[in-house]
Amino acid sequence: MTGKLGLDPALVARARELARRAGQPVVDLARSHTTVSVERAVLRLAGVTGADPDGIPWVNRLVDAVVADVGLGHGVAAPVFDALVREDIADVTLLAQKAAAGSVRFGQPSGKAATAARRASRKAVAAGVRAIDRRRAERDRLVKRFGDPERRPWIYLIVATGDIYEDIPQAQAAARAGADVIAVIRSTGQSLLDYVPEGATREGFAGTYATQENFRLMRAALDETSRELGRYVRLTNYASGLCMPEMATLAGLERLDMMLNDSMYGILFRDINPIRTFVDQRFSRQVHARAGIIINTGEDNYLTTADAVDEAHTVTVSQLLNEFFAHEAGLADWQLGLGHAFEINPDVPESLRLELAHALLARELFPDAPLKWMPPTKHMTGDVFRGNLLDGFFNLVGTMTGQGILLVGMMTEAVVTPWLSDRDVALQNVRYVLGAAGGLHEDFVPAPGGFIQQRAHRVLGEAVDLLERIGDQSLLTAIAEGTFGIMKRPADRGKGLSGVARHEADYYNPATEILEQPL
Amino acid sequence: MSEKTIVRPYGDTTGDGMVQVSFTLPVPHDKRAEGAAVQLANKMGMDPAMLVHAKPIGDGFTFFVVYGRVNHLVDLAKVQVVERDYPLLSAKEVNAVVKRRLRRKLSVVGACIGTDAHTVGIDAILNVKGIAGEKGLEYYRELKVTNLGAQVSVPELVEAARRERADAVLVSQVVTQRDAHLHNTREMSAAFREAMPAGRRPLLIVGGPRFDETMTGELGVDRIFGRGTTPGEVASYLVHALITSRKANTP
Repeated sequence: MTGKLGLDPALVARARELARRAGQPVVDLARSHTTVSVERAVLRLAGVTGADPDGIPWVNRLVDAVVADVGLGHGVAAPVFDALVREDIADVTLLAQKAAAGSVRFGQPSGKAATAARRASRKAVAAGVRAIDRRRAERDRLVKRFGDPERRPWIYLIVATGDIYEDIPQAQAAARAGADVIAVIRSTGQSLLDYVPEGATREGFAGTYATQENFRLMRAALDETSRELGRYVRLTNYASGLCMPEMATLAGLERLDMMLNDSMYGILFRDINPIRTFVDQRFSRQVHARAGIIINTGEDNYLTTADAVDEAHTVTVSQLLNEFFAHEAGLADWQLGLGHAFEINPDVPESLRLELAHALLARELFPDAPLKWMPPTKHMTGDVFRGNLLDGFFNLVGTMTGQGILLVGMMTEAVVTPWLSDRDVALQNVRYVLGAAGGLHEDFVPAPGGFIQQRAHRVLGEAVDLLERIGDQSLLTAIAEGTFGIMKRPADRGKGLSGVARHEADYYNPATEILEQPL
Repeated sequence: MSEKTIVRPYGDTTGDGMVQVSFTLPVPHDKRAEGAAVQLANKMGMDPAMLVHAKPIGDGFTFFVVYGRVNHLVDLAKVQVVERDYPLLSAKEVNAVVKRRLRRKLSVVGACIGTDAHTVGIDAILNVKGIAGEKGLEYYRELKVTNLGAQVSVPELVEAARRERADAVLVSQVVTQRDAHLHNTREMSAAFREAMPAGRRPLLIVGGPRFDETMTGELGVDRIFGRGTTPGEVASYLVHALITSRKANTP
């Protein structure tokens, strides 16, 4: 019996062991496959930049050319760096341009040529990884200079106008008004693009395209604001969808601080092929680990499709799986922004006590993770007055249960994209609750054997039961059969499957090699 | 006719006409800003207008809450409402109607046709992720959704509709260069007319930000959905068009 909930340590250990057992076959699968996006990320690390006149990145053109000549299963590093020597070209981007024009043929080198190509590719990719290392050291320096927010939870606010040049002043204003973390929501459907758009963008659908240049512009603007406020303001974007590994790489190169990165979200909610997702996810998490980026997982999504009371245990299961995959990829506990949400129907009796039980369960299960606490969305009706009260209770539960990252709820959720005044009212709500009850988590100890403890025990028990059922059949089968959410997602279906290949015997990926080396 | 048809807003006394509004003006907070807020309230018909709250927000903006009396009258007899021609159902209700009345899954095939690669619209309607807080059609237990994705040719679409025994075909068109959305839609509806007899043809639905919702006849489709359509509206329409409005459709 430990902590505030009196959880049984043996049961907690059993839950972790079951998550490991369910996840390990998926890790093995990820280690034996590659994807076009993983290979494009390798080329980005090796220094390929820019896009063709149609906006298709040179990394896409180059990977497509290599795949056409030798297939994907060897990895593109060796064929590309072999061609570089044969063609006597110094610059990989130039090679991509020539390849796109059809003037370069690729082959899988062998013998001495293979050794030389591998060595050259490793050298180029190592330079990219060093660039990420420098950005991480720079973050450490800036956090030391400007300082971290004075209290937890960090206040996380969203901007999303579609126009990066509109987003910037909004983000700066939000930071001045108290936001510690700014998230720039992506344009609807970007997750299904099999390339990363290029350049600064001024048009999007309900969000702003994630591009390297947009990352750079926003980070620079927030550095300015951090200096002005004497507090390091963090920047968040999305490593999800078909370009997860590349997004992670660009985030590392441009010193983003957090990335949304869930192990199963793309499979369940975007119908992306499960193998594609798990392979991409492992690589992206290895990059995040190296870059010192905090990942945010997406458990809140389960509760928007399913009942937040009946399905509470699926959140716990997903958190345990996310934790296993994250640790395996090298992420430390402080980088695990495991998600959960305040989504119980407010008309359910004792809804607040149930929320306290669920939130505290996550806190106790993952004591060293900066949990991401997500506001009500499903039961926000357009009654802004009631919505503001609900957000107040959400903030209260967040502080009582010691959450790490608090996504600020908007009373106009489901009404409009937040107005300036909505954001101000929402932040006022947060400030009031944190000011009035910021230390309440110290005093809040649920009665032994009481409602909250019992509820938490029950959810953990149901999570263990579900993990046991998954263990009997493997995670991929469970996903195929619709265990999570109501969607059936078989491993041989879904978007992005054509961009997956099993490793050939001579598969080579210098990035994975470097990232898996102990530091 | 004793029913009262003329009413005013109600604060705490019949006929007091009291309303409250809140708004932001792009001016820093000072006396002049407060005067500006009262002026706006007066122009909106509030007289007297009581400025009860003014607060600076951000750089150079002020948020106001104003209470006041309006002298406008509302004539209930003259209220005109455009009714949706089908009832809006929840996901649960949609599922229940399909299950009870159709007694099999309702099959929906969706695609972006032509060279249009913008799957934003079709994905917002079909993906579980959905849009604006509403889940997409995949979320509906009783709907069988086949999303063919982008750049699907019309023959491929017809073939898929046949294979999936589609009850409805959803086509999304975002690109409107040289009226591509209109040409593509006409080509699609013509192909279905040619391939299948009237009674066997699926319901044809197109959607996109630039369609005129009244052009159904001209384009040969059953329904057009414009900007801002939600999955719930589409699902409710499907149930209406395929099930509830077809009273005697079972042999």
